[in-house]
Amino acid sequence: MATKPLDGVNVLDFCWVAVGPMTTKYLGEYGATVVRVESAKRPGTLRSAAPFRDGIAGINRSGYFASYNANKMGITVDMRHPRARDLMLRLAEWANIVTENFTPGTMEGWGLGFEELSAVNPALVMFSASMMGRGGPLERQPGFGPVLSSLVGLTNVTGWPDRTPVNPYGAYTDFIVPKFAVAAILAALDRSRRTGEGIHLDLSQLETSLHFVAPLLLDYTANGREQGRLGNRDPGGAPHGVYPCAGEDRWLAIACSADAHWRGLLRVAEPDGGPLHSDAFATLLGRKANEDELDRLVAQWTAEHDRHHLMHSLQEADVPAGVINDPRDLFDDPQLRHRGHFQWLEHPEIGPYATDRSEFELSLTPGSLDTPAPLLGQHTEHFLRDIIGLSDDEYRSLEGDGVLE
Amino acid sequence: MSENPATTLLSPYRVLDLTDERGLLCGKILGDLGADVVQVEPPGGSSARQVGPFYGDDPSPAKSLYWWAYSANKRGITLNLEHSDGRALLERLVSSADFLVESYDPGYLESIGLGYSHLSAINPRLVMVSITAFGQDGPYAGYRAADITGMALGGFMHLTGDPDRAPLRPSFPHFYLHGSAAGAAAAMLAHTHRALTGEGQHVDVSCQQAVARTLAHAPQIWDIEGAILQRMGVYRQTSGDNRVRINWPCADGYVNYMLQGGGVAPSTRNLFQWMEEDGFDVTELQAFEWETMGYGRITPEVMDTVVGPMADFFLRHTREELTRGSVERRILLFPVATPSDLRQHPQLEARGYFASMEHPELGTAVDYPGAFIKSGDGAALAELRQRPPLVGEHNVEILGGELGLSSTELDSLRRTGVI
Repeated sequence: MATKPLDGVNVLDFCWVAVGPMTTKYLGEYGATVVRVESAKRPGTLRSAAPFRDGIAGINRSGYFASYNANKMGITVDMRHPRARDLMLRLAEWANIVTENFTPGTMEGWGLGFEELSAVNPALVMFSASMMGRGGPLERQPGFGPVLSSLVGLTNVTGWPDRTPVNPYGAYTDFIVPKFAVAAILAALDRSRRTGEGIHLDLSQLETSLHFVAPLLLDYTANGREQGRLGNRDPGGAPHGVYPCAGEDRWLAIACSADAHWRGLLRVAEPDGGPLHSDAFATLLGRKANEDELDRLVAQWTAEHDRHHLMHSLQEADVPAGVINDPRDLFDDPQLRHRGHFQWLEHPEIGPYATDRSEFELSLTPGSLDTPAPLLGQHTEHFLRDIIGLSDDEYRSLEGDGVLE
Repeated sequence: MSENPATTLLSPYRVLDLTDERGLLCGKILGDLGADVVQVEPPGGSSARQVGPFYGDDPSPAKSLYWWAYSANKRGITLNLEHSDGRALLERLVSSADFLVESYDPGYLESIGLGYSHLSAINPRLVMVSITAFGQDGPYAGYRAADITGMALGGFMHLTGDPDRAPLRPSFPHFYLHGSAAGAAAAMLAHTHRALTGEGQHVDVSCQQAVARTLAHAPQIWDIEGAILQRMGVYRQTSGDNRVRINWPCADGYVNYMLQGGGVAPSTRNLFQWMEEDGFDVTELQAFEWETMGYGRITPEVMDTVVGPMADFFLRHTREELTRGSVERRILLFPVATPSDLRQHPQLEARGYFASMEHPELGTAVDYPGAFIKSGDGAALAELRQRPPLVGEHNVEILGGELGLSSTELDSLRRTGVI
């Protein structure tokens, strides 16, 4: 097997829902041994989340869970059992990295805070992610990505100027944070390897996600201005928007920010002249001043054409244009196919399912997704006996006491 | 007393940042983690300096707030890479650098003799990160990309917006930010390998893929159930015919509350309890078995039963009342916040998030968004320590002080337009 950058790195992973598992999926894809700690008594939210193959729900059947937990092992431990703490301290000796995204104080409540973990493993990197960060009056406020988009200020700038705001799709901030998180975890691992000293990382999803609106925050703190909702328009371009194409719910995004883009569009749309050639549209200033009429004319043109045909024609004229890919289109997108964006894994209950690979290629040490998400408790015995080295007696005793549930 | 990690996480490492507005965030993240980041701009300044908004609405190169946001914690030099003397100086910097980040169109650096194979011959330990819209090769590699066309091709826009209008993007560009942040993660993966083996490598980031990874389970819904999720305005489709409302008008603005069961059923029940105290009859609402309704499993019938009373309840209260009450009752509700809300947010205030940065060249100080990560003991890991550089601000310090060029040589480079 090819070398991976995180070969030999052990991750004890308490993360749940999306933001944590997305983070540790990168680590697993690039070679780390990631062991997810779950509870059979209180399975995580995602295990009961659609989609399900054939519409049949089941604790091991969620395609949502399966996608984010590829390349990980799964063990079950009842963290409220009195013997769980000692077992976890033993696993913390094995781990290089412990990850968790519980409400702050949860790990401490189990006697597994950073001080206690680093007492058994001084080089340990512990990564804690929470909605609001540790400390402060709101550290225990529960939350999750879909509503956090609103607190971060993203919902307020998503929507049409004449309508109420709408949320950016999905648990959006959950997909901003993991990239920052991986960089920070590996920076901490690097320091731990250099100095032998562990560290506890405290990531506030709110604070991290604010870096995706940082210029808007500066516009407020420096200029006292709050940007509103612009639909799809942009102060630096016109036409700049999404235009209907032939077919049902088919659209093409076009962005003319330079005069060269506009001239390219004219060559494609009206090679023999027409209303878009009006003097009113000759300059960006003119196009911005008459943008409603401009958008109407562009939409009139695009509506008669196939979106892919238009995209290719405009791109040949050096005009930024891109079709609106829906989820099915993504699987057919020639560029994503070329990159091998989706990978299919064979899951014992779900069957073959698609999960997305990392958005980067490492030339020397590529990642790979090789194993499907674990069934609940699938690796409990294998991990504790074969990797941690528990004796028969120790294992049977934990099992018999109900610790491994 | 252990040494302060704020100055030690990535402090041994040097990053050469050749990116423009398409890649600045990658180096910013590494700089925030303590790396010594040197932004390399063309003479006259980066095109990112032309991206608004601007301080005092003055579109001059030192006043782009986009530049400020993503170039703090970097030093800056100018080098004309189309000039052989400029390339020679870059090669000298590469020989001792740990990372090089760039966001040029695929093939550009190769065309001026600075491709990965050339740079890695100079410094085999180099980790080079290339951030582009679609990746270094493939049928779209040469495509022109803007934020909106990238968000479209990444699949994000289909799922955002009102059902009766065109798909939407946020009114702030995110396409390249997603790829740039991924570039920082990838840089550290490559670094981890290099730290053990001494081997550098080339990292090829696709912003389209980075956006496609933000779609939660929408691709899996197609793959496993054969259904295509749709944008639904204030609602969100979760699976098949199932949808949940997440955006609600209140007395003085908007709040977000995403009705859920499963693991977050307690939040839902707490909200109904509050409604009951407010005089609503919630018998029917509480009777549903929320605990078994995991994500995507709330049916339209259930949703339609609860949405009316909930909408009435929210309209009776202000954002402030709803936000404060939700904290006390552990309800998953958030306001639709604006920058001024954030500047005054009690949690951000308590954690000292915003940090004042002196801009002596403007005779002022400005509050910046602070560290993206902290140490568990509350110490900063990622302090703001360097104001965004002016054009060529550190030419003398780096080209003179480090590479040993004399003031005569620097003057000559200025005259010939190399710096």
